[in-house]
Formats: sequence, C-alpha cells, structure tokens
Amino acid sequence: MSAHGPIRISNEPECTRIEFTEKHVIDEVVIRQIGNELTKLVDASPRPRLVVSFTGVEHLSSAALGTLLTVMNRVRAKDGQLRLCDIAPQILQIFEITKLNKVLRIEKDLAAAKASLGGAA
Amino acid sequence: MAHPGPSPSHRAPFERTWVLREQRDSIESLQADVGRALNDFGYGEACTFAVRLALEEALVNGFRHGNKGDTTKSVTVRCHVDAGLMQLEVQDEGEGFNPETVPDPTAEENIEIPSGRGIMLMRAYMTSVEYVPPGNCLRITYRRA
Repeated sequence: MSAHGPIRISNEPECTRIEFTEKHVIDEVVIRQIGNELTKLVDASPRPRLVVSFTGVEHLSSAALGTLLTVMNRVRAKDGQLRLCDIAPQILQIFEITKLNKVLRIEKDLAAAKASLGGAA
Repeated sequence: MAHPGPSPSHRAPFERTWVLREQRDSIESLQADVGRALNDFGYGEACTFAVRLALEEALVNGFRHGNKGDTTKSVTVRCHVDAGLMQLEVQDEGEGFNPETVPDPTAEENIEIPSGRGIMLMRAYMTSVEYVPPGNCLRITYRRA
C-alpha cells in the first residue's frame, strides 16, 4: 500500500483500490493532485481496473466530479474498468443530481465493486 | 453554571464580510465561521452540508472564472444568517457573465464533459441562486422550511 498525499493506493489481486485520505475533496489544488496520481495509475496499466472507495468522504465538489469523469474516459480508452463504492448518502445525492450515477458505475461497497469487475486481472 | 445563550429566534443576525485572495486557509476559515453561525441558529447538518458545497462552488467560480485566476484580485463574501434564512453574496472582480450560457451538464451530449456542474449543484441545494447584474455577484439563499 502506498499513500500519495490525498489518496492511498492499494494493489490487490482483483484491482487497484484507491481511498481518499481527506474527508473534504474540494480543494482544486488537491483535486488536481488526485487527478495526476490517478492518471499515472491508468497510464501504467495495460488494462486498468480501479476501485475508488469514498469511505470517510464527507464533502465533494464539482471539480472532483470532473476529475472522476476524466479518469473514467482514460480508463475506458484502455478498455479498463472503474468502480466507485462506499459512498455516503449525501455524497451519493451529488452524483444523482448531476446524473453521473448513470455514467459512473457505483457499487454499494468494496466487495460488490470487486465482484462487478469482469475479465481477468 | 454557564448562562445559556439566546435562543436562535432571539439571537441577533450574524452579519460579516470577508475579502479573500485564493488561499485555502482563508477559505477554510470562512467556511468554519459560516458553519458556526448556522449551528448557532440551529440549522441542521443537511443545511450545513449544502451551504458548504454551494459556497465552495461559488468561490471557485469567482476565483477561476470571474477573476480568471488573477491572484492579485479578490473575491468579497457577504454573509447574513438569521433564524429564517441564510444569504451569501459572492462578488468577484470580473466582468460578469450570463449563467444562461452555461450548457445543461445533464444533457446527453454534455454528460461526460468534466466541467460545468457547479451552478447546477448550487441551484439543487439552495432555495435560490441569482446573478446580480452585471453578473459578477452571486446571491445564494437558503430559507429554512
């Protein structure tokens, strides 16, 4: 496991798990840093399988949503998979209001997210 | 025994103005002050969450789009909180803009575009969101139900 500032990265057999180390994912500078780290992860894998856990996240801004979309597009371009999970109800509402719950695949928890990943790791 | 403070309905309104440069510490300090004021007037967690989100989006828009990232420019925030409503005015030093020009981020053709969701989120969580002409001052209001 490695911590890169605002995110913690764990390489697991089924996927790469990403967790946030801050409860507020709102600062543009921090969000840019998260985007850079996630981009590195995607670029380093031939077919990335990322699970982003929102455990402990209490606030999320539209800039963070934008970063997730950018990452999703990069993952998709490499025929990879991206899952989001463990999202608190008030954060889930942000995805629902913006209808991004229809674009980003959201699973209830880590186990469900891993189970939803298809194909070989 | 400590004397209890006035009940929210008898408390004098919270009124404050901040002039901010784009520095995380000062934004967090402002957010904390507004959060305390809401708490003093008995607004719940859902309101505090919504106001924090709306204020963050308003500030980012002010610094990024209004002031165009010019760090010599500031954003002025005026806040009023009483027992019935919370109102924030967030004014940048830009020329203003027409929010109607922002495309609907939930439209199929825009849904995967990474930007353009800040105003939508503010509108979803606040009672009203108005741009005061010429469009460089955003007034956001949350009325207690």
